[in-house]
Amino acid sequence: MPDQQPNKHNGVPEDSSTELSSAFPETPTLGAMGAQPLLDKEDLSHSAPQSAEAVGVTDREVARSLWQDAWRELRRNPVFLISGVLIVLLLLVAIWPGLFDSTSPLSCDLSKSQLGPTSGHPFGFDTQGCDVYARTIHGARASITVGVFATAGAALLGTLMGGLAGFFGGWIDAVISRIADIFFGIPILLGGLVFLSVIPSQSIWVVVGFIVVLGWPQIARIARGAVITAKQQDYVTAAQALGAGNSRMLLRHIMPNALAPIIVVATIALGTYISLEATLSYLGVGLKPPTVSWGIDISSAADTFRNAPHMLLFPAGALCITILAFIMLGDAVRDALDPKLR
Amino acid sequence: MGRYVIRRLLQMIPVFIGTTFIIFAMVHALGDPVNALFGDKAPDPAVAAQLRQSLGLNDPLWLQYLHYMRGIFTGDLGKTFSGEQVTSLLASAYPTTLKLTAVAFSIEVILGIGLGLVSGLRRGKSVDTLVMVFTLVVISIPVFVIGYVLQYLLGVKWGIVNATAGYGAPISDLILPGFVLASVSLAYVARLTRTTVAENSKADYVRTATAKGLPRRRVITHHLLRNSLIPVITFLGTDLGALMGGALVTERIFNIQGVGYWLYQGIVRQNTPTVVGFVTILVVVYLLANLLVDLLYAVLDPRIRYA
Repeated sequence: MPDQQPNKHNGVPEDSSTELSSAFPETPTLGAMGAQPLLDKEDLSHSAPQSAEAVGVTDREVARSLWQDAWRELRRNPVFLISGVLIVLLLLVAIWPGLFDSTSPLSCDLSKSQLGPTSGHPFGFDTQGCDVYARTIHGARASITVGVFATAGAALLGTLMGGLAGFFGGWIDAVISRIADIFFGIPILLGGLVFLSVIPSQSIWVVVGFIVVLGWPQIARIARGAVITAKQQDYVTAAQALGAGNSRMLLRHIMPNALAPIIVVATIALGTYISLEATLSYLGVGLKPPTVSWGIDISSAADTFRNAPHMLLFPAGALCITILAFIMLGDAVRDALDPKLR
Repeated sequence: MGRYVIRRLLQMIPVFIGTTFIIFAMVHALGDPVNALFGDKAPDPAVAAQLRQSLGLNDPLWLQYLHYMRGIFTGDLGKTFSGEQVTSLLASAYPTTLKLTAVAFSIEVILGIGLGLVSGLRRGKSVDTLVMVFTLVVISIPVFVIGYVLQYLLGVKWGIVNATAGYGAPISDLILPGFVLASVSLAYVARLTRTTVAENSKADYVRTATAKGLPRRRVITHHLLRNSLIPVITFLGTDLGALMGGALVTERIFNIQGVGYWLYQGIVRQNTPTVVGFVTILVVVYLLANLLVDLLYAVLDPRIRYA
């Protein structure tokens, strides 16, 4: 730290308990940016200059990583808070649907076919006389399972392939990039229609596997770019000069720094994968009954939409809220992790 | 530039082969097409064997693929099971899809860039918030839900437009389907334009242009937009291919007999030649659109020079 008197941006007197100080005050990005006006105010109230040692110690103690900054940013973002609450609620519904509903989605009474909402059955009944509320609650599990696991799979595979391609370059990069191009060249809905009608079993995991197979190139591209950028940084050269092996450099030095864009793309992809699953189920190649899924319900309600719109609107509403929550989360995470967009 | 185009075309060859082979192999795994041809009835073994022989189904997969590829380059996509040439079916279906895609694409470009420009120039104002909320909501509603709801409201309840496209799919019947097809991409275009416009409106060259006294309109169209649209055009290019594939859902809802409609019928009826032919053509269009985007870069951004 400099020996001269602390100036406005550099070494503002502050105790370590405040969250205002930054390890690199000269570049007021990330969390420090929002705190800058406060810092200026602070500067006026504290006129007594501090010793250089005290400043140095304080700064070292409060050095924050990108992740801590992002987390601080997120906590103050109303979009994140709203989507976070929604997602926690949706996860609860997906894991313990019994908490929200006691009737079974598969116990149906044909005499109540297509009846509108009544007391005790707020969403009405579908063509088979099943309670739409129960089906909407129980349908959450399929959508969210597909979304979460497909994203996890695509992110893992994409990061692995993209990371290897970016790190090693040369022929490995060429081969992986061409393979990615091949899968990228198949429009995802077309591919889904062809691939999924081939496979007779329509369990959730088949759909997850398909989305992973066609979804990974998108994440691999981002990962490759991020790894190439991180690879050229001085600290990687330093690590190499110190004799670090490939795996150590990749895992300890490059990956943590290349992870942010991957996480952003993956969170946004989660919402779109849920939408994709519903669309595939609607086309009749995704999930199949007796699995309870919003896509299946919307598809079967579509034919009688003009007479009984409630059958379509309630599961569709639940689907939209779920996708909205995940896309909002992705937006908030991107805003927090990407200082350029501020 | 010329060398770059050639290199890109060469790179496309393995991608084209890989993609079409995957599709070919997958469609052939759909099941025995000869059985599908007979529907519920069990075919006479001798007839089935003869059909397999004449359709070349006894050859190994790679040989069938090679035969097929030779056909593609001579303009022969084979026959559907009803005896019609796939190319003639394609020729009758493709104009409809092209019309639908053109309508959707115009809506996407005009509305998307317009909304994005307005909100990007007034960042933080209420117009901006409104556009952001609108696009977020549109993105989170799957296309088929938007389709059914709009069809019901505009077509059935209020009777403003025809609920389904009539014979020959006239343009006036395609506006609503076009809007539905474009909806999600429109929202992405608006958001992307907003980000880049907001970013570039603070750039030095915009300030210079304003300072030298250019009218605001000219600053926006010639200076700000020209630079802001580069990432938007990338998106639009890749989206053009996706729109044609995505027309599958829209064409089904609005009963438009385009490529997506026949493709869906082909898959349901296991009509292998139709499926392979249509998907191959769509993939080629998709790949070409991506190539075109890369080349457009150089036109839009003179700083990029392809060696």
